[in-house]
Amino acid sequence: MGELLNVKNLSVTFSAYNGEVKAVRGVSFTVYEGETLAMVGESGCGKSVTAKAILRLLERSSATVSSNSVVEFEGKNLLTLSGKELNQIRGNAIGMVFQDAMASLNPTMTIGNQIIETIRSHKKLGKREASKRACELLELVELPEPQALLRRYPHELSGGQRQRVMIAMALSCDPKLLIADEPTTALDVTIQAQILELLQRLQKRLAMSVLLITHDLGIVAGVADGVQVMYGGSLIEKGTAQDIFCSPKHPYTAALLTAIPRRSMERRSDLYALPGTPPDLRLALDCCPFAARCKYAMPICKKQMPEETGETPGHSCRCWLQHPMAPRVALNGGEAGG
Amino acid sequence: MAEVLFQAESLKRYFKSGKTSVKALDGVSFQIYRGETLSLVGESGCGKTTCARTILGIYEPTDGSVLWDGKEVSALSRKERTAFRRENQMIFQDPYACLDPRMTVAMSIEEGMRRHFSYSMAERRSKTEELLETVGLTAEFASRFPHELSGGQRQRVGIARALALEPRFLACDEPIAALDVSIQAQIINLLMRLQKERGLTYLMISHDLTMVRHISDRVAVMYLGSIVEIADTEALYEKPLHPYTQALFSAIPKAEPDSDWLKERLQLTGEIPDPGHVPPGCNFAPRCPYASERCRQAAPPLTEQEQGHFVACWETQA
Repeated sequence: MGELLNVKNLSVTFSAYNGEVKAVRGVSFTVYEGETLAMVGESGCGKSVTAKAILRLLERSSATVSSNSVVEFEGKNLLTLSGKELNQIRGNAIGMVFQDAMASLNPTMTIGNQIIETIRSHKKLGKREASKRACELLELVELPEPQALLRRYPHELSGGQRQRVMIAMALSCDPKLLIADEPTTALDVTIQAQILELLQRLQKRLAMSVLLITHDLGIVAGVADGVQVMYGGSLIEKGTAQDIFCSPKHPYTAALLTAIPRRSMERRSDLYALPGTPPDLRLALDCCPFAARCKYAMPICKKQMPEETGETPGHSCRCWLQHPMAPRVALNGGEAGG
Repeated sequence: MAEVLFQAESLKRYFKSGKTSVKALDGVSFQIYRGETLSLVGESGCGKTTCARTILGIYEPTDGSVLWDGKEVSALSRKERTAFRRENQMIFQDPYACLDPRMTVAMSIEEGMRRHFSYSMAERRSKTEELLETVGLTAEFASRFPHELSGGQRQRVGIARALALEPRFLACDEPIAALDVSIQAQIINLLMRLQKERGLTYLMISHDLTMVRHISDRVAVMYLGSIVEIADTEALYEKPLHPYTQALFSAIPKAEPDSDWLKERLQLTGEIPDPGHVPPGCNFAPRCPYASERCRQAAPPLTEQEQGHFVACWETQA
């Protein structure tokens, strides 16, 4: 598999009235062709900011992307492209789906006009052809009666239908990469399953890569090939879904997995609850961001950020416990027992 | 635990919206036993919250009745009504919206105490500090304002405020939906501990079906204003009888890498109909893979299939 998107050392800082918020701190990862990569983390960990920074969708007045950050897509650094060049990629080779479909669609325009607008801004198509293409797209995302739907407004659709329209728009120019930012968070479980399955089917059919951003570890299993876990603005663990679920290496990943009740647990037994709250991202945090909540924390954890290390290929982790001289501990969660 | 605390009898609550009337709660009957956790599950708009609020008397029922300790709630005397309001409390979903931003934590917690108990100021203060410790905060939080707190901390204040009135029953409306996974476990552990220590009865509303399985004694599944199935937790999760329950449970994401839950699930077609225009017959018939002519004509009653396992479906009654 070739590399499609290469993010290197991405850092994003927001200037707020009470200090600089370092939301993303030197994140590097690769999305390969045809894979689904899931980025998992709690709210405020920087996953959405990373996604928006890739497409340069952050407000320029408040967000600063550090100058040594690189976002390479098919050999081009998206961060240094001119606005015109960037627009040829945004919505064209890279599509994006957001969490709140109602807020992302224009309430004053019909569904049809919105899709047609997207198509015509990227392709030289006449109105009629674009309208035909819009209809095909709605069929592709399995919406009933696409012709009638083209004339409807967003408020006339249900949440699941709106999310399908969003996906149709994102797919309008056959993107190579689809960035889906919490695409099912606002939906009910049965609808969530429908949308996830649709995304999976479309990905195979259109041979695209998907960067799936979510806070829900549950939906990642069975959907993603690769999983990366983010905490406090840093990527702390990367691996295949199998790696992350069965042999998590970072204490935070393990804790996330045990915070979900499992079948094997006795009912009403206490869940493993991480003490404390996520770190304040205004602080410099030269140390491991998780150190303050980690029950295995050693003095070094509070001094210095560990390097990314990995024994098995493709499974890497930033944790001092991985150091060859660190004590071996059995993390709770996963097969490591606990 | 056979003692019944609440009994709902064909409870209905309609909301007028223009010319149509939305049947948010369309004739539900169930009991809540003392000391148990009963969970209401279902998709958004199915009437879970309306059900809890009608039980607590926040909404007047359009029809039907609620019995509390055997007494009709709408016919309580003034004195009884005061006791009813004190003993039955609610915890809300949005910890950002349920606290008054202009009140300190102590003011929020003490507000109910002033109304219901004749404590002195010092007593109130010491009670408040005690409560804050009970819910895992410290006395220093008393003088803070909601905006200074995180979501999890606010939810703890919401719980302390409810506990201030020494309730016997708590209706928890999605208490963890707005919180992160690691914080969810903290709040769930707290609620379980409080139940054990104080013998509380919970009506838990949640769409997190994995968590519901972990904490509930019994679970009721709602669809479009009706209860379609109600049973003991294990019986329901092991052997769901109603097609909707089956579909709902099979759509639960499984945090296991090899599970093919997406493919193996019972798939539903279509979406929940507009509750203002519910078709005749079984509410679920338009989406049900097993629906027959009979289902489209008459709504099935909730009947006991096995000991304590009630289902509203014609197909299971054959």
